[in-house]
Amino acid sequence: MTNSSNHVDVKDVTFYRGSRKIYDGLNVSFPRGKITAIMGPSGTGKTTLLRMIGGQLKADSGQVMVNGDDVGRMSRADLFELRKNKMGMLFQTSGLFTDLNVFDNVAFPLRTHTDLPDDMIRDLVLMKLEAVGLRGTRDMFPAELSGGMVRRVALARSIAMDPELIMYDEPFTGLDPISMGMILRLIRGLNEALGLTSLLVSHDVEESCQIADYLCIVSGGKVIGFGTPDELKNGDNAEVRQFLNGDPDGPVPFHYPANDYRADLFAGDA
Amino acid sequence: MLKYVRDLGKTGVESIQSIGRAGMLFGQSVTWGGPGSAGFLDLIKQIHSVGVRSLSIIIVAGFFVGMVLALQGYNILIKFGSVSALGTMVSLTLLRELGPVLAALLFAGRAGSALTAEIGLMKATEQLSAMEMMGVDPLKRVITPRLWAGMISVPILALLFSTVGIWGGAFVAVDMLGLYDGAYWSNMANTVEFYDDVVQGLIKAAVFGVVVTWIAVYQGYDAAPTSEGIGKATTQTVVISSLAILGLDFILTAVMLGGV
Repeated sequence: MTNSSNHVDVKDVTFYRGSRKIYDGLNVSFPRGKITAIMGPSGTGKTTLLRMIGGQLKADSGQVMVNGDDVGRMSRADLFELRKNKMGMLFQTSGLFTDLNVFDNVAFPLRTHTDLPDDMIRDLVLMKLEAVGLRGTRDMFPAELSGGMVRRVALARSIAMDPELIMYDEPFTGLDPISMGMILRLIRGLNEALGLTSLLVSHDVEESCQIADYLCIVSGGKVIGFGTPDELKNGDNAEVRQFLNGDPDGPVPFHYPANDYRADLFAGDA
Repeated sequence: MLKYVRDLGKTGVESIQSIGRAGMLFGQSVTWGGPGSAGFLDLIKQIHSVGVRSLSIIIVAGFFVGMVLALQGYNILIKFGSVSALGTMVSLTLLRELGPVLAALLFAGRAGSALTAEIGLMKATEQLSAMEMMGVDPLKRVITPRLWAGMISVPILALLFSTVGIWGGAFVAVDMLGLYDGAYWSNMANTVEFYDDVVQGLIKAAVFGVVVTWIAVYQGYDAAPTSEGIGKATTQTVVISSLAILGLDFILTAVMLGGV
């Protein structure tokens, strides 16, 4: 299945958290230069999948290939080299350094990894901040920014080293509609302008369908649907349709498994 | 009964795993260099944060401890007519015991807990993960300079504590109780040995510095990334390092005096 059109290939991955099996023989490929939204019910391990691709978690068996290299078997040095300039990740809580201002946060990877002169770093940082519309906040600290702005600064920081692959962990959670619209436009815009491969973990069906080229629906440790939003909405998998339409009952039952309701009620009288 | 045995086993295994993780953390972060390693400036910044900012508490506490020692010592020694030995008593007590031990205990409470909370919060807010994903090793960038800053600061703080304490003793003995200042200082100068007293005290302080800082950074790095987890880790830092200081103090004293 490995070919140059796929940026990330996940092959037969099993992953346990404690004794609980999160993934059982997961197989999925993410095409290069496209936006793929990874969706699924809470607790199915979508973030875990991103962390395995980033090498922060190791699969118990199987392979996670990025650009044809198995992330799980890389040496620590190679892994840091890969993350340095091939990968970016936007965390749910943004992970901005609270003791540094906006400018220094975006400059952090550039200063750490390059020997560029200060004035060039300044230009690069201002360009990244301009791209997310926050050049005016360069002297502010993360605590002074709104949630949406913090996320945009974090986005500017994660593209500072011009990665080829960028992963977004729940980028829409807790944002007002205006900030959400800005983030949506930025993710789409960055993808088009820089040809990035973008992986997006989200619960927000409507937003994800707007910008994603492909959807990958994960449930019960497996991929239950992969395709364009239209294909999946009109597909024949009932569980995928239930998820995309947000139906409260269906193949995923509304009721947590329990014994017979009537018997349970009468049992109290005895 | 079976549950009790099982819990005991579980606690035992978890403790050993925890010691193993702490050992690996120390091994990986005690050396400089590596992806995105911290620089000399980071070390200076951390020495400022854990060392310089502990100065006020160390100096005030040292002065008072010296004053109390002189006051108590004076009232004991005067019964034996040997008040002139007061300078010796105050200085040896401070240099050998109270300087290293109290400075380390104060350091654990003032700087150790702050280190744990800071690192724990960086973990909870995904700052450490974000660093990792930017190709910067948080062990090298965050832990290494903090570990070294603590290891460098504690011996210096302990020496300051003793010095200020000796002055505090002189203030009470000479200025308040009227002891002849020549007796206080010259007896001290005649009896305090550089290697046996000053250096051995510094060795103790250095050991405490390593242990306290190691416990503090480990507790922060290993904390559960929740507000409850960070609170628990901060308490653990103070409790474990205090006990470690007192326990190690006995062992080190026994080894140095060679009496046990």
